Amino acid sequence: MNTRPRMLELKSVYKNFGGLQAVHDVSFGVAPGSIKAVIGPNGAGKTTLFNLISGNLNVSSGSILFQGREIQGLKPHAIAALGMARTFQNINLFHGMTALESVMVGRHVRSRAGFLAGMLRTPATWKEEREIREKSMQLLRLLEIEEFADVEATSLAFGQQRAVEMARALATEPKLLLLDEPAAGLNIYETAEVGRLITRIRDMGITVLLVEHDMSLVMDISDEIVVLSFGCKIAEDVPTAIQQNPEVIKIYLGEDEEAVV
Amino acid sequence: MRDSKLLKIALLIVLVIGVQELTTVTDTQYYLTQLTMSAYYALLVIGLAVVMGYAGQISLGHAGFFAIGGYLSAALTTHNLVALQANPVIHGLGSLGMLVSGQDIYGEQLLVVAPWAACIFAVLMAAIIALVIGIPVLKLKGHYLAMATLGFGIIIYRIGLATEYFGEADGISEVPGFTLLPAIGSFGPISVSGDFGLRVENYYVAWGLLVIGLWLLLNLIDSRVGRALRAIHGSEEAAEAVGIDTAGFKLKVFVLSAVYAAFAGVFLTHYNGGIGPSEASVMKSVRYVALVAVGGMANVWGTLIMGVGLTFLSLRGVFGSYDDAVFGAILIVVMLFAPDGILSMNVKALFAGRRTTDEHEAKNA
Repeated sequence: MNTRPRMLELKSVYKNFGGLQAVHDVSFGVAPGSIKAVIGPNGAGKTTLFNLISGNLNVSSGSILFQGREIQGLKPHAIAALGMARTFQNINLFHGMTALESVMVGRHVRSRAGFLAGMLRTPATWKEEREIREKSMQLLRLLEIEEFADVEATSLAFGQQRAVEMARALATEPKLLLLDEPAAGLNIYETAEVGRLITRIRDMGITVLLVEHDMSLVMDISDEIVVLSFGCKIAEDVPTAIQQNPEVIKIYLGEDEEAVV
Repeated sequence: MRDSKLLKIALLIVLVIGVQELTTVTDTQYYLTQLTMSAYYALLVIGLAVVMGYAGQISLGHAGFFAIGGYLSAALTTHNLVALQANPVIHGLGSLGMLVSGQDIYGEQLLVVAPWAACIFAVLMAAIIALVIGIPVLKLKGHYLAMATLGFGIIIYRIGLATEYFGEADGISEVPGFTLLPAIGSFGPISVSGDFGLRVENYYVAWGLLVIGLWLLLNLIDSRVGRALRAIHGSEEAAEAVGIDTAGFKLKVFVLSAVYAAFAGVFLTHYNGGIGPSEASVMKSVRYVALVAVGGMANVWGTLIMGVGLTFLSLRGVFGSYDDAVFGAILIVVMLFAPDGILSMNVKALFAGRRTTDEHEAKNA
């Protein structure tokens, strides 16, 4: 559907845990500036796939290209530095840090001060620190949580914690953002809010790949959807086609004839 | 925040000067000796506080780095190289001004490494050893890391005890003092030495070094690197996900703390005029960990206050023969009742029940 180079490209990726094939021959691409969703029943291998892309796990075989570059085998921090950020299914914030500080940590790869500059507090670090703080506040504003800037992030309400995590990921100025179940645990209003936010992020020029259970959200915002079942890709198409796909309907609703909404 | 930091440092400096003046007025200058030694130990302890409290790693081997600094500097400045004078390496060092010659008390010719060169070499070696040990060991977590660093500490202790070059059980004595700053104009030279007449001067050298070390660490904690370290402590996985090289940062901060420990070892050894194997013993390492814990882990100021205070009492012999037992007991009590350190303990809550610990657990849940 697109002739531009892919933002992310998976080529027959396999992942085995002992005898278990968690991911089996999965290939797909993500076009720049699009929102792509990975769906599938529990245990389909979605989160495993995410961890393979972000470098938290290594593939058993196959390759993963990020902006045309092989990233398989790189450490997560090196992949993050290339411009890939992620959120976690179970919120993963830094204990003992305020919301603002948490987001400031996200500026790490976009700033430079090292041990020596930090210890000597060189004038260059003052400017950098000011920039880090300002950019981080902007992101808190974007996510409408600036009033909690000085509150310890882990003590915030669930939805706000997700927002902090999202702001932290955005602070790295990613080209590709991986969202692992961004609507998990949110009510329908909050979910709709997250949907609007993801669309806004895409409009900022950031490519989004998300794993999600909430069908209404996925169908609303995704440009394309990949369906996994037992580690295999069974479909890849635009949302309207996925809704009509008999095999997808089967794995989601058993033999029922009704379409997924 | 920055202003309050500088204000606190200024207060500390005033306090340091005040204490010295007080000892002059009350004619209790003998306290300065233990206060000088306490300052050097505190330098090690605040470095360890950053490893433990901010990067979230434990080291039960820091007495080892202290000993590497102290022993190397002591050995190099006391072992006579006259017999090796013809050796091209020794000759080369001599022509670089890294050797000093003199006479020993029997009138024999003496050729030893200059203290400044020995000091630099000793600290550099501690840094290199920390790097080499740190790369494999810091991959471990929790108890495993504690055990591995403990093993390192034991090895250093046994090497000191078994090597003739390091004086075996006797250690090394008659370590010369060294000139920190040469005489400038009307100011005399400043030397690190246990000489009685230089007691006040050395008190200021030690505390000057501690204040500088403290200032550098406080700056670091407030910087991008400090934030990254706290992030690693908070969640290693999330820190990696935002691009923090967690293994690299852990290693660097470990090496930095080893450098602090080695500096403390070098200066204290030249001040004391010697070093013995007990400085490398495991009990010393445990004591340093206890001091960090009682100071409040992620609290450099608390660690400094507790480090100086308790070490001073220990050196004055207040704990008598139960010295090590006291530090062991402190460790247990702190872990049970004040896991965030004595200074941040909520005294009212302690009497009201066990709220302090419950809160801590809730925070970590």
